[in-house]
Amino acid sequence: MHHRSLLILTTAVTAGALTLTACGSRDEGSKGGESAKTSVTIGLDAPVTGELSALGLGIRNSAQLAVDNANKAGEVKGVTFKLEPLDDKAQANVGQQNATKLAGDKDVLGIVGPLNSSVAQSMQQVAQQSGVVLISPANTTPDLTQGKDWKQNKRVRQFSTYFRTATTDEVQGAFDGQFAWEKGKFKNAYVIDDQKTYGAGLAASFKTQFTKLGGKVVGSEHVNPEDRDFKAVVAKVKAAKPDVVFYGGEYPAAGPLSQQLKDGGVTAPLMGGDGMYSADYIQLNKKAQGDYASSVGKPVEQLESAKKFIADYKAAGYKDRYEAYGGSTYDATWAVIQAVKKVVADNGGKLPTDARKKVVDALNKVSFDGVTGHVAFDQYGDTTNTMITAYQVDQGKWVARFSAEFKKFDKAGKS
Amino acid sequence: MNELPQQLANGLILGAMYGLIAIGYTMVYGIVQLINFAHGEIFMVGGFGALTVFLLLPSGVNLLYALPLMLIGAVLVAVLVGVAAERFAYRPLRGAPRLAPLITAIGLSIALQQAVWKWYPEGNKARVFPQFKGDSFQILGATVQRGDIFVLVAAPVCMIALGFFVSRTRSGRAMQATAQDPDTAKLMGINTDRIIVLAFAIGAAFAGVAAVAYGLRTGEVQFRMGFILGLKAFTAAVLGGIGNIYGAMLGGVVLGVAEALATGYIEDIPGMQQFGGGAWKDVWAFVLLILVLLLRPQGLLGERVADRA
Repeated sequence: MHHRSLLILTTAVTAGALTLTACGSRDEGSKGGESAKTSVTIGLDAPVTGELSALGLGIRNSAQLAVDNANKAGEVKGVTFKLEPLDDKAQANVGQQNATKLAGDKDVLGIVGPLNSSVAQSMQQVAQQSGVVLISPANTTPDLTQGKDWKQNKRVRQFSTYFRTATTDEVQGAFDGQFAWEKGKFKNAYVIDDQKTYGAGLAASFKTQFTKLGGKVVGSEHVNPEDRDFKAVVAKVKAAKPDVVFYGGEYPAAGPLSQQLKDGGVTAPLMGGDGMYSADYIQLNKKAQGDYASSVGKPVEQLESAKKFIADYKAAGYKDRYEAYGGSTYDATWAVIQAVKKVVADNGGKLPTDARKKVVDALNKVSFDGVTGHVAFDQYGDTTNTMITAYQVDQGKWVARFSAEFKKFDKAGKS
Repeated sequence: MNELPQQLANGLILGAMYGLIAIGYTMVYGIVQLINFAHGEIFMVGGFGALTVFLLLPSGVNLLYALPLMLIGAVLVAVLVGVAAERFAYRPLRGAPRLAPLITAIGLSIALQQAVWKWYPEGNKARVFPQFKGDSFQILGATVQRGDIFVLVAAPVCMIALGFFVSRTRSGRAMQATAQDPDTAKLMGINTDRIIVLAFAIGAAFAGVAAVAYGLRTGEVQFRMGFILGLKAFTAAVLGGIGNIYGAMLGGVVLGVAEALATGYIEDIPGMQQFGGGAWKDVWAFVLLILVLLLRPQGLLGERVADRA
């Protein structure tokens, strides 16, 4: 009895496997026969569930849009793109598993994502080992591209396969510091961060620029990213009487923090980086009026180049907004598509066998006008576009106040 | 400006909330010697119960009138889940080795979190919880938010009611008897199963009240909120002496005040600057716990731990 069921099982499995193999080989045949389409997969890793899902869903949808547009327009002849979206729940270990899974599929020529710098740290190594491109629309920690000694200007490219379309915290934090001093006319700042790679880096770079220009940091504080109760911190902030409170961190904590600051009698606005720039921030925080957040790039609504993106996004009927990283995700995905296009063109219209390596090389030289501006990468894999915009909450909406191209930090270190 | 009154008020409010949740740990432990690690999640579903009631009410309703209904919703959902957990997850394991129900509790905790994440509409992110409009109050040099008045009133009321119930009513005395010696209590004609269900229900009801307080305070409820808070409340229960209901409330308040003061003042001690602030408050809270347990292993108000644990 036992033997027989085992036999049946084995037969079924073998038969199934054979059928599948047969399918596969038939496909191969038709490909060779009539130069039919090759399929290229672009992986996507973002937190589409959990607290940061608002940003993550915007990323996923925008990448899908880029892939769909490329297929519709026949951007690369003979190649159809497919997006394989995975959820990293904003956790580094999940991101690493996703990277391993995607890298194991040889149709994957690039991975777009992740959102969090801490997740990127765990994915970079995997991507590097398998030689597949990892391109993030949102990572802003300088260490990811320039190494941990960037503060001493010993900048060394860390991973040849890692790129990003978002500018670094060094640039963004410095922009925030300059904005607070010059445009906000704030003299005294209280700096809070959530101790994560992103938050601490942003806050440190804000502090440096703000004090360099003459501002005074009247106090600083670290909180846990999981905290939602900041009353004890609020009491300290209130006693220090700052003109502005800077927060290095993300909106799930920034929302309650801002509200509790104002409930506790602090009149200074809260200011933060792109991690705070989300519609959910205003939803979670009834006293957001007057708060500032910066975000990379110009507001896509204001860019001529983004009009098509916004129209397409609307037409595609996604139920989530494209949020802060929609434009940069579209550009990141498009950059991979352009690299594949070049590789295919150089190889006489067919995908070469060492496509992954060639795509990495091509991406270094990519140059086109994207949704957020000109897309190209410097020697570290960072975007050459350092446009940053400061937004302020007004009547329950983020309103763009000021955009500028922050002076490029030059390679020699003269800032 | 002197920030001490403010920090004490913050600690008291936070501590009262810890205390309300800690009651659930302590009552269940006192009677069946089970650490119900899913209690934090019972608190969490209570919060979603209150939110559901609010969303079902016509929009624009005055929160003051909606609050009693939300409270009923929170308590109802929390008690239902708490009692169901007792009936289906813990009762079948009564008499099993101590480790089995403990692991069941952890599994239940994960299951409840994931259930809310999956099936509550938009439960995968923080849901906005209604809050009182208007300015905060100034009381004795401290700013107290409107919503916090709720926990400052609810916690003492709940404690007095519970104290009365335990010491004056028939069921309460039956509960004390069961805690002291379940077998003898059974011989005296006490239905211990019913008493155990009652302990779970009371603990869950208190967690429901705490969940409403949490929602009013932070303006959001989310599927993970029970984890950290549950852990803190468990700490409070141990600090106060697990098994003792007044100890749970005292432990909660001590823990809350310790956290607030650690955030505010540790860094003013010379040489301790890098150990101060919000990032280290949990560390100091646990240092306090260890110190108390070293000096008084039974906790602040605890008794008779030796023959139990």
